[in-house]
Amino acid sequence: MKPTSSKSSPATDVIKDASMVKQKEMMAAHYERLSNAKDNDDKVASTFVPGNLNELLMCFDLVNNLPEVNAIQSGLRRVSGSYVMEAEKSGHSEDVCTYVKSDLGMMAKGNIGPNGRELPSPDVLMLSYTGCFTFMKWFELLREQYKCETIFLQTPYLADGKITSNMIQYMVKQFKEDVIPKLEKVSGVKFDIDRLREYLKKSAKAEDDLVYILQSGKSKPSPIDAYFGGIYYIGPIFGAFRGTDDAIDYYRFLREEVDQRLAAGLGPVTPDGPMGEEKYRLVVEGPPNYTNFRQFWKMFYDEGAVVVASSYTKVGGTYDFGFRHDPDRPLETLAEYCLGVYTNRSLPMRIDMLVNYMNEYEADGLLINSIKSCNSFSAGQLLMMREVEKRTGKPAAFVETDLVDPRYFSAANVKNRLESYFQMVDQKRTGPGRGVAA
Amino acid sequence: MRTFVGIDLGSTTTKAVLMDENEQVLGRGITNSRSNYDTACKVVTQEAAIDARFTLFRREFGDEQGTEKQVEAFLGALERAFRLEQFLEQLDDLEQTCIEQVKGDRFAKAEHAVKDAIGEVFRRLREEAPELFAPGATRKSDFFRDIAGSRYLAIAEEVARDAELAYELLLNVYDKSIISVENRPPSGELSEKFRSALDRVTAEVAGTSEHLQEAVEKALAIELEETYLVGTGYGRVTLPFSKEHIRSEILCHGLGAHMMFPKTRTVLDIGGQDTKGIQVDPGGIVENFQMNDRCAAGCGRYLGYIADEMNMGLHELGPLAMKSSKPARINSTCTVFAGAELRDRLALGEKREDILAGLHRAIILRAMSIISRSGGIADEFTFTGGVAKNQAAVRELRKLVVENYGEVTINIDPDSIYTGALGGAEFARRAAEGRMEGLDA
Repeated sequence: MKPTSSKSSPATDVIKDASMVKQKEMMAAHYERLSNAKDNDDKVASTFVPGNLNELLMCFDLVNNLPEVNAIQSGLRRVSGSYVMEAEKSGHSEDVCTYVKSDLGMMAKGNIGPNGRELPSPDVLMLSYTGCFTFMKWFELLREQYKCETIFLQTPYLADGKITSNMIQYMVKQFKEDVIPKLEKVSGVKFDIDRLREYLKKSAKAEDDLVYILQSGKSKPSPIDAYFGGIYYIGPIFGAFRGTDDAIDYYRFLREEVDQRLAAGLGPVTPDGPMGEEKYRLVVEGPPNYTNFRQFWKMFYDEGAVVVASSYTKVGGTYDFGFRHDPDRPLETLAEYCLGVYTNRSLPMRIDMLVNYMNEYEADGLLINSIKSCNSFSAGQLLMMREVEKRTGKPAAFVETDLVDPRYFSAANVKNRLESYFQMVDQKRTGPGRGVAA
Repeated sequence: MRTFVGIDLGSTTTKAVLMDENEQVLGRGITNSRSNYDTACKVVTQEAAIDARFTLFRREFGDEQGTEKQVEAFLGALERAFRLEQFLEQLDDLEQTCIEQVKGDRFAKAEHAVKDAIGEVFRRLREEAPELFAPGATRKSDFFRDIAGSRYLAIAEEVARDAELAYELLLNVYDKSIISVENRPPSGELSEKFRSALDRVTAEVAGTSEHLQEAVEKALAIELEETYLVGTGYGRVTLPFSKEHIRSEILCHGLGAHMMFPKTRTVLDIGGQDTKGIQVDPGGIVENFQMNDRCAAGCGRYLGYIADEMNMGLHELGPLAMKSSKPARINSTCTVFAGAELRDRLALGEKREDILAGLHRAIILRAMSIISRSGGIADEFTFTGGVAKNQAAVRELRKLVVENYGEVTINIDPDSIYTGALGGAEFARRAAEGRMEGLDA
């Protein structure tokens, strides 16, 4: 979710926005905090990005450690391949989610984080299950390893496409009877609901700016890339910073940066500098590939393709349809947050979202990056693609990569498909008489 | 005459199509990609230009009635003579290159003897060359490397024995030379070669009418201007084409299939290293596509491996598989495991034809899965690529199409291997047209 560096081509200098530099510093500071946790007597909670309860964890002075983000960092730093193989050596099959295998492999090799220091063992595993079955199995493995308290918050899947009051009550009951008492016990800190309200208020403030930033993709040209750039943007709020002043500052800073580009009519900044002419506006569904992140991005910006909206920037919270954390309903709002994350949404809901993006952001087409080892995303993607095509009349395409397993990234194949797709979009525009205009 | 060129740089072969302003194919050329797309590109362009000349000759003769047999006999002789001219020219090049290799310690004492021996080998090669291109002669291959190579090796063995020289010395110079000769782009003026060929035909075939000669001269005088070129296929990025001259092979196959069969709505292309399912609209525009990911299981190369394993020619696989009445059930289409699968089955006592039939079915099953992901099969359905020439693959495809999609018209063009290049040529024509109208970006 939050790259602190993109070292796909270490020989050349990577150009970054000021906000990206700031984001990188925030992430680095957080990793330092994790590495120092034991020395500082900080307790650590491991949890997942979708449905993470950062505000609640902060009420217990717990430091948030996100195994998925660790795997992403390993992917970006190009060490995930050896971790994945290490996990396979210990018996995990080829088809298992590569986040899981990267995490387990990293643990087996000393649990060294991106700052080169050992990551702390968790004191509690906080699983707010939001549609990804693998998360459950992953934490089962971690529980076996760390033998620590494990909390399982069950988030009902939105199979019927809506959040009901029953669902919220069911979750609030779990908070009161299970989650909060266990967190109190692990941390030794008494729960203070007013403290939670304070954090939630801060969350909402940063969320307003995040939504503004992501929706700037509606402008032409789009001042942001809502997939590759978006991954930087969501880092702080999907991770350990939601509910903090740091997040408020970051999103305010980022918003100003985006505003400047908007005013100047500029496109996003890519690792090779400012983006050239915007030729294709795309909506992208699915997570990115992290092992060849920059190479993958380059295949887009070299062709003038900018991603104006993506579903992946909604995995840690869907804010663009109005949801904000609400300090007046602290536990209910946490429940609604978990219920609304992208992976907890039914296929028809996902289709509606994508169709909405295609129309609202005036996109030329939909691109699906299907992840070899991620069933919670990949299942149903072809059906979704056809339905979006049918409803919008816009062309769609499908590429296949993986999260952090470098063996599943075939650059020639992906590039071939992407170029074919861009030319297909061209052809659609110019009509049969001319085909692809030179 | 304005012409438009499409080149499809495939993983195994490179193909070119030359088209005129009326969307008529003038000529086609094919060569092995030999890991050198630059040369392959030059060779196929020239091959297509040669083929185009024959089309132009035919057009010159086109109006005359009742002389078809005579014309075809003449053109047949002309083509053989032309190929012979080409062959002799390359032989000269090969001889020159071989002689240059005779140096260094290895040849210290035998330099003259080896050079003489090489001279003798090439004298014999030139002497027997006309037989290779005689009417009705069968050649194992049309690629210079294959024809010259097998004959060189045979003759060199005799010459070495007679001269009491080590055979490996002659082998060594050949090995060092053939690759550079093969990778040297064709030189010389085509029309000159045609004239030499024409002289040869006139001298050999008594009574060649002046009329025919005039027609040939007239057709040769037509200048073929390369107005626009489009490259496609896996090698496209390695060539010095600028971006506007490159098209994706998916678009080229879609458009090429549409041009061959205008009612095409679904295309299946099985190439050397990928299988593509493509949906096109009534104008030949791609609407959706799916292809295999980084794994090339079940692609053309798979059949190549199987042929090697069975010590058979690629084109012999289909006919043998057609003899099967009880195809083996094979699920794996992994190219790497193909050999193991095959040996395993043979060891179990299964018949070769049954195993082959099972393998063909497995390939087509995988292709069907890719097509279904691209949106299924709509009427009409066009099958392209090298595998479309394989009758056993086609038989399985027909069966599975009927089972899954009912009665659908299935089109297979004998020149289906040129589908991508044809689409490329049409893109070139359209691009040039757009440029003329000042419409290009």
